[in-house]
Amino acid sequence: MASPPATTSSNSITRRFDALKKESRRALVCYVTAGHPDIGGSLETLRALEDGGADIIELGVPFSDPIADGPVIQASSQQALEKGMTYDGVLALLERAKPRVPVVLFSYLNPILAAGPDALTRAADAGASGILVTDIPVGADPAREEWLGASPLAFIRLVAPTTPRARMAEIARHGSGFVYLISRLGVTGVQQTTAASLPETIQRLRSTTTLPICVGFGIATPEQARSVGKLADGVVVGSALVSAAEHGPEDVLKLTRSLREALDD
Amino acid sequence: MASETLHRFGAFGGQYVPETLIPALDELDAAFDQAIRDPEFQRELDRLLKEYVGRPSPLSTAPRLSQAVGCDVYLKREDLNHTGAHKINNALGQGLLAKRMGKKRIIAETGAGQHGVASATVCARFGLDCTVYMGEEDMRRQELNVYRMRLMGAKVVPVLSGTRTLKDATSEAIRDWVTNVNDSYYIIGSVVGPAPYPRMVRDFQSVIGREAKAQMLETAGRAPSSVVACVGGGSNAMGIFHAFVPDLAVELVGVEAAGRGLDSGEHSASLQRGVPGVLHGSLSYLLQDESGQVHPAHSISAGLDYPGVGPEHSYLKETGRALYVSVTDDEAVEGLGILSRLEGIIPALETSHAVAWVVKEKERWNKGDAVLICISGRGDKDLAQISEMGLLPA
Repeated sequence: MASPPATTSSNSITRRFDALKKESRRALVCYVTAGHPDIGGSLETLRALEDGGADIIELGVPFSDPIADGPVIQASSQQALEKGMTYDGVLALLERAKPRVPVVLFSYLNPILAAGPDALTRAADAGASGILVTDIPVGADPAREEWLGASPLAFIRLVAPTTPRARMAEIARHGSGFVYLISRLGVTGVQQTTAASLPETIQRLRSTTTLPICVGFGIATPEQARSVGKLADGVVVGSALVSAAEHGPEDVLKLTRSLREALDD
Repeated sequence: MASETLHRFGAFGGQYVPETLIPALDELDAAFDQAIRDPEFQRELDRLLKEYVGRPSPLSTAPRLSQAVGCDVYLKREDLNHTGAHKINNALGQGLLAKRMGKKRIIAETGAGQHGVASATVCARFGLDCTVYMGEEDMRRQELNVYRMRLMGAKVVPVLSGTRTLKDATSEAIRDWVTNVNDSYYIIGSVVGPAPYPRMVRDFQSVIGREAKAQMLETAGRAPSSVVACVGGGSNAMGIFHAFVPDLAVELVGVEAAGRGLDSGEHSASLQRGVPGVLHGSLSYLLQDESGQVHPAHSISAGLDYPGVGPEHSYLKETGRALYVSVTDDEAVEGLGILSRLEGIIPALETSHAVAWVVKEKERWNKGDAVLICISGRGDKDLAQISEMGLLPA
């Protein structure tokens, strides 16, 4: 598999991590579902994330059968689909919102495949910087991984707590932008505690790659963000922000700010 | 990691799953390959298939149905297995494998409830903890099977998301497996899901075709000219097809559920009306809209009510080795009545699709044809539903 070319859009993620590194700060990566609670609400949510201090936005492409997601993101995806959201709709939303921070599309494989061979270049044209696909693990489909890896978008790969060290290296080698480390077994969703094995897993991953490591799944509160931020280069918050978006942009802004403050403490 | 070819049937299949599951699938792959090469495992499986399931299942002649359609019809009687369907063949094989792998907790999904019942049965027999995910809509349609599972000690979890049927039950079972992957074993009920499941489930079900092939020679003195089976995910069909795939003279026919009609948009005919896509870990024909969202399936039979299909069926379709056809809900109910009246066998609604197609297509049969139908399950579970719909004769 070819390593991704150095292009402007994927480099915006790298530049962001470089800048953060200089300031010894951690990245706040914020997930929301595109089109949730509706298109207008989604635009306001994106604005609130920027204003609240998000470094990178993960924009969820809703899918009818999100097997890696818990109840909150499942419900938000369902709601977005009912409002007519599609892959093209996500790109249109992105063009309208023009966020000042890098945007990573977070998707299942099927909606991307259905969008056709130019899906990735169109996403880059719409302003996306990266793509993360939950259900295409390394080695699963070399031809399509090559397609994803060679696009102008950074190809963010996922590492799980169950991933052996040798495979971690393999995953990191085939990805770019950053590595997304799943903090615990299970699906997305708010948890009270973080996995006890996390420090050790981060260390194992760190020994295999120079890419920044962002930790997600189950991180909801400023306290959790602060403690995980001590170990990783960035934290991903998803379900908690999606729940906030349900209530409106003020809640999103408030939560994002408090996460930012905790992370910068 | 096993080779690419082992994970696919032509372009179809694969392992499109969250990263968390990859080590578990690798472990399963290795354990399965080791088990099927272990004569001790085979002996134990064969012994249980004989003494617990009641195999070999008989091959019945069907004189009155034969007369009605104008050729010789033979019935492979999976309905006579313990628990009343072919599902037990796979549940037993995988249960034995789970035990060998030291797993104590079993997860399963179910549509009509037959696979859930088979899994609950095997768990009771082996002393394993059993959790079955079942769509709320299906729990309503198949109340008797819910009761059977609970009676045998299984926990039946209603699934309220999406269409509340098999598709969503499968998603929920996968989510449970991702969460409890270290101590749980997921028994998939059909030839679907990520590799190695489609191949493994087919291998455990292939006993149907192996027996039928020998029994046809014994009973009819010949090979069947056509083998017909219903296809939802497609496990009974793969099970009876597999032994016949190399015999090119044998026509293989899979009957999908046309629901309210192929043009109504309310059917489960993935192979005829779907396009290739990725659902539940594999690439196969899939009912989906133009933006890649899975289109809800419909069938009167909960067991066929699934928008995807096993990847090997996609391959058999693409290569032209098997023919895929369909019958509607109404025709299936008619098929159930016909087999009941003519042969004294009440088939499951799923199975009735295969019967109905053979009857509907009677013009295509010649006197010398020998048509083998897989009677994948018994119909008792469906009687409450069709009587409620006013479809039983007074």
